[in-house]
Amino acid sequence: MKKYFVFLLVLALMLVSGIGMAQDDVVLEFQQWWEPELPEGSFRAILDDFEAANPGIRVETISGPYLTTKDQIIASAATGTMADVVGLDGAWVNVLWKQGALASLTQAMMDAEYDDSELAAQIRLAGETYMIPIANFIYPVFVNLDMLAAAGIEPPTTRAEFAAAAMALTDPDNNVYGWAQPLSLEQPNGIQNDTMSWLWASGGSMLDDMGQPHLMGNEALAETLAYIKSLHDAGVVAPGSFAMKENEKVEEFVNERVAMIVNTLAHFTLIRERNPDLNFDITALPAAEGYDGPRGLPYASWGIGISSNTEHTAEAWKLIDYLTSVEGNTKLTSIANAFPGNVNATPDFIQTDPLFMTAFEIFQEGYLANEFTGLPAAEELMRQMAEPFQFYLEGEIEIDELLEIAQEEWQDIFS
Amino acid sequence: MAQANMSAEPRNIGWQQRKRKLLPYAYLSPTLLLLAVLTVVPIMTVFLYSLVDNVIVNPNPPQFVGLDNYEEVLTNRKFRGALSNTMYFAIVSVAAHFIIGLSFALLLNSRLLSANVKAIFRVIYILPWVFTASIIAILWRLLLNPHGVVNFVLLELGLIAELQEWLSDRKLALNAVTFINIWSGYPFYLVSFLAGLQGIPDDLYESGRVDGGNAWQLFRHITLPQLKPIIISLALLDFIWTVHQFTLIWMTTGGGPMRSTEVLSTYTYKAAFSSHEYSIASTIAMVILAICTFVAIFYVRSQRMADE
Repeated sequence: MKKYFVFLLVLALMLVSGIGMAQDDVVLEFQQWWEPELPEGSFRAILDDFEAANPGIRVETISGPYLTTKDQIIASAATGTMADVVGLDGAWVNVLWKQGALASLTQAMMDAEYDDSELAAQIRLAGETYMIPIANFIYPVFVNLDMLAAAGIEPPTTRAEFAAAAMALTDPDNNVYGWAQPLSLEQPNGIQNDTMSWLWASGGSMLDDMGQPHLMGNEALAETLAYIKSLHDAGVVAPGSFAMKENEKVEEFVNERVAMIVNTLAHFTLIRERNPDLNFDITALPAAEGYDGPRGLPYASWGIGISSNTEHTAEAWKLIDYLTSVEGNTKLTSIANAFPGNVNATPDFIQTDPLFMTAFEIFQEGYLANEFTGLPAAEELMRQMAEPFQFYLEGEIEIDELLEIAQEEWQDIFS
Repeated sequence: MAQANMSAEPRNIGWQQRKRKLLPYAYLSPTLLLLAVLTVVPIMTVFLYSLVDNVIVNPNPPQFVGLDNYEEVLTNRKFRGALSNTMYFAIVSVAAHFIIGLSFALLLNSRLLSANVKAIFRVIYILPWVFTASIIAILWRLLLNPHGVVNFVLLELGLIAELQEWLSDRKLALNAVTFINIWSGYPFYLVSFLAGLQGIPDDLYESGRVDGGNAWQLFRHITLPQLKPIIISLALLDFIWTVHQFTLIWMTTGGGPMRSTEVLSTYTYKAAFSSHEYSIASTIAMVILAICTFVAIFYVRSQRMADE
């Protein structure tokens, strides 16, 4: 009986001390879509390392697929129940910022006396940072080397070379085309990745110095869109473009019905799994003739931000600090096959995979360029551009009319 | 003591009467509560959103704007285009569902076929109904791909001269998605009409034949009038469901190309979840509600007439 009481007493003391410890710990909720996309347990391991380096802070992950996470974050922002730290896509930042749901990272950095010189990019709104991209997936051109070799051509570096290559590679009788451009209105990101990317690669911009839409009277943009129309008119673009989605574009490339696509590095593994025999390489997006400046690289990011409702801003910043540090960022980008958000981080795969080595060279020679990041209703902006662009490609409107319509629609959203 | 009893009795009678009056409402209260929570509150919330600006994703308090949102929506050419596409999509779908559903039901009700043959065809005809809208959309995207089976078969048969872009050609896309909707929806009519046909007494047909009626006359004067209540109910319900159709169109064309398949449901979705214009989306939802309520009134009337 005595032993039983002693056992109970010890158990009670352990529980009380455990509760005491748990009460002292700051628990950070971290909502993101990354964990399900990474090898099982690998993301948790990084967070465990963070917890070991920062006693007293625990991180609880709220993980889900991308679209679910987006809906939940926007809904929780509306109800003021957003997680302390959130994974962000550049397309959501503006709407969350408008709701006042995001804390200023500029302030958090100042409070922590943080030196931001190592950060590759920061997403700023009204002069303050609200998102830091910590893993970047660039969009180079994927080329089918066997098809290029059969046609006796090298991977193109300029627009003229690309058009000539696409022409040489197109064989409609065998359902083979030089290029594929997805312009589905359901997923209008073809405007960002497969259309505006051509403009950014030649140093162009769709915004003015004030960050406002600059579509009308934008010579570089008009030339880019006219160039893409010339590819459509020449019949070198895979049919079904207006209803095609990104995954179908990749499928066309995997099945060797399309020789060249603009595509994210995130699809490397997928392409290799779907067609292990596919002999492909990557190259920078071709630039306009005569342009020899650095090429803007379209990219998608895993960004990170802090909720304005959090009671643990300092601890939340410590987590961001760790994930953007050389150590944390190297670990994360190595398992994600992504390019780092810290300019000094070097992910492992760059040394082990020659394709990633090429991609890293493209990444280092160019600069990250995705002007849709941080814009209001970014997806809707893409759709508002896609609709008149389809009319233009069909020859129903002229380029000036296309730019005028898009400018008006964009201006409405911006205002 | 006697006086106290006398005054207590009327009180008891009053309580009993009140109890008897309240009892039906007590029985109804769970249903009324569910109706309020699941229907009245959401509809009222959407209605209130349609009268204000700055809702949900704006930290500023909502501003009452009266009917401004309605004016903005009803004068918008994109909305009118979506409304026109919705009406075409719904009316053609309902008409085709009726014709195909009734034709197949008549075939399956025929005495010329054996029970086994009927059973096999019942399974085949009803297959489209077992697929969810997402599966149907993926299936038909593959079939209607420019390099898909449909183009291959039509080219081989010499029915088309070149590859058709069924879902990405502005002239074809609306008819293509309407066709997919017809394919996915006719089994509901088939099952309902078959049940209706099996409920028509043989005596009526025998009397008709004795009177010298041919097959067309029997169909015209016996089958159709007997099926009339089912036809009206199905057509009205199908119209409402088709006006609400979202998944199929969203996953096949997303409202494109060039807005040629933009319907009210996709337009509302874009306003809410792409533009984050929840007030405008609520306003469009109220317009859809008004259209469906108008049709529902006819449905209720037809039901009442059938009951009488």
